[in-house]
Amino acid sequence: MNIESIKQNWFGNVKGDVLAGMVVALALIPEAIAFSIIAGVDPMVGLYASFCIAVIISFVGGRPAMISAATGAMALLMVTLVADYGLQYLLAATILTGIIQIVMGYLKIAKFMKFVPRSVMIGFVNALAILIFMAQLEHFVGESWQMYAMVGGALVVIYLLPKLTKIVPSPLVAIIVITIVAIYTGSEVRTVGDMGELTQALPIFLIPSIPLTLETLMIIFPVSLALAIVGLLESFLTAQIVDDMTDTESNKNKEAKGQGAANIVTGFFGGMAGCAMIGQSVINVKSGGNGRLSTLTAGVFLMILILVFNDLLVQIPMAALVGVMIMVSIGTFDWSSLTTIHLMPKSDAVVMIVTVVTVVWTHDLSKGVFAGIILSAIFFAAKISKVDVKSIMVEGGKKKIYHVHGQLFFASVTDFVNCFDFKEDIDMIDLDLKNAHLWDDSAVGAIDKIVLKYKENGTIVHVLGLNEDSSTLIKKRAVYNKENVKIANH
Amino acid sequence: MFNAILLASDGSNHALRATDKAILLAKHNPDAVITIVYIVDSSKSKSDVLHHSNPIEIDQRRKEKLLLTEQKIKKASIAYEVKILHGEPGPAIVKYANGNNIDICVIGSRGLNSLQEMVLGSVSHKVAKRANCPVMIVK
Repeated sequence: MNIESIKQNWFGNVKGDVLAGMVVALALIPEAIAFSIIAGVDPMVGLYASFCIAVIISFVGGRPAMISAATGAMALLMVTLVADYGLQYLLAATILTGIIQIVMGYLKIAKFMKFVPRSVMIGFVNALAILIFMAQLEHFVGESWQMYAMVGGALVVIYLLPKLTKIVPSPLVAIIVITIVAIYTGSEVRTVGDMGELTQALPIFLIPSIPLTLETLMIIFPVSLALAIVGLLESFLTAQIVDDMTDTESNKNKEAKGQGAANIVTGFFGGMAGCAMIGQSVINVKSGGNGRLSTLTAGVFLMILILVFNDLLVQIPMAALVGVMIMVSIGTFDWSSLTTIHLMPKSDAVVMIVTVVTVVWTHDLSKGVFAGIILSAIFFAAKISKVDVKSIMVEGGKKKIYHVHGQLFFASVTDFVNCFDFKEDIDMIDLDLKNAHLWDDSAVGAIDKIVLKYKENGTIVHVLGLNEDSSTLIKKRAVYNKENVKIANH
Repeated sequence: MFNAILLASDGSNHALRATDKAILLAKHNPDAVITIVYIVDSSKSKSDVLHHSNPIEIDQRRKEKLLLTEQKIKKASIAYEVKILHGEPGPAIVKYANGNNIDICVIGSRGLNSLQEMVLGSVSHKVAKRANCPVMIVK
């Protein structure tokens, strides 16, 4: 990278970047606090994470103007680890997540993104939205009508304010309004301060105090792996959206390494693992941000806000945050997938639904993604395993030509072989494989079986039109063209 | 004469009616070029990226939406080009019109989504207010 492009990336849009970054910082506060509460840690952990990740990724990320911070998708994966082992293990897991992501970045993980079908990604965001929404429900348990009224009030402000002005982020205004109402009415609703500590201090470098044993590794590794995968998946998706919005391209493998570096640093500074955020990145670009400076500003301004307004942050009622989180989940959900589900190919719809159900069932986004990928791989195999066989009688019924269309592999050979009647009374068969491809031993075995079965019956089969790959495979593995072989009885 | 004609289109029926008027303007002017402008806003970006696996497919789908518009103009044998712009519809159209010496903007009175119009205000009014050139709003 030369000086000129660095300059352009950083200072090509100073005014737009700084303003957008400040808007994002304001919008990040409620989310960072709420995601900490989902994960079951002090709000400070999410705020530190958002600061560290945004600042680091602004230097080392592959997608300028993308916003990364503490996220819901990651928070949801941490819940069990935090509940069972506590914060120190989470910090260690965060560092390990970063290491895994850097390794994945060097292994050029981005090219594997194309194997994640869109239906899985749609299922991913929908499941994420559902989980974030479900995580809010517990805040209503045992609360008075005031809670419901405040959440309702927050939602009204969030959705109606943008009609009047779009200069300030409406979720922030909602939080301020609801906080004032709560303080003024002396309402007894729970506040952020009740959920954990919020210190007025800069994050400091600490090595997580965990026993450095194999047992610890076994505890944190599965969580870290899931975090690494989910983090990169959401980051790549966000990067694609920012790419499209700004009509530019970005380096996905660099982004993976950047996410890793950001998570490692975050772990050492007492923050939880995070990744790119679709909602915040969209806010950033819409507010005029398109350079690295916007992400840096978001992180730094966030820290300033925490230090200055610390006393006020603890007084934010949970009701206001719940309102913001409901908005986040509504914004995350892909509503068009509901209205177009009947237009989608049936297998895509099934994959999407299975992804969602798996996630909601296991509370683990990575498991849903795996279930979705495996299912769509099976559907794909089933789809291309349809082999079309057409036969024509020639030479007055003495000879038959079979035209084979399709992919011959383990999943398609059974149906393929069943297309032939080995008892038919003809002298010669041309098996035309011009439009077929042999992929594996099963395919070779099927050809063997057809040729030799006909041979038993006195019919000679000519295998024709093999393409290069298929004929190499036949030469290596087939037996029908060797002398004196008979089909094994299986 | 209106030589550089900007036609804002989202592929809706309103936009198709606007297309007819743009053709009318260009018809007897051999120098006329219609620039079909299609705006991709943030929510469209988000759902397009989510629903299509690669940028090539996304681009193709967006151009497909303008197929009828293009056909109409082609049939009238008028020179045209297609521009896909990113951003909020109103400001993006205004910026393009003011920055590219457009002589007139032709725009449908209402797009695909009436709910969006209620929330955000109509695109055509924004363009009419801020563009430096004449704006024709087609009912």
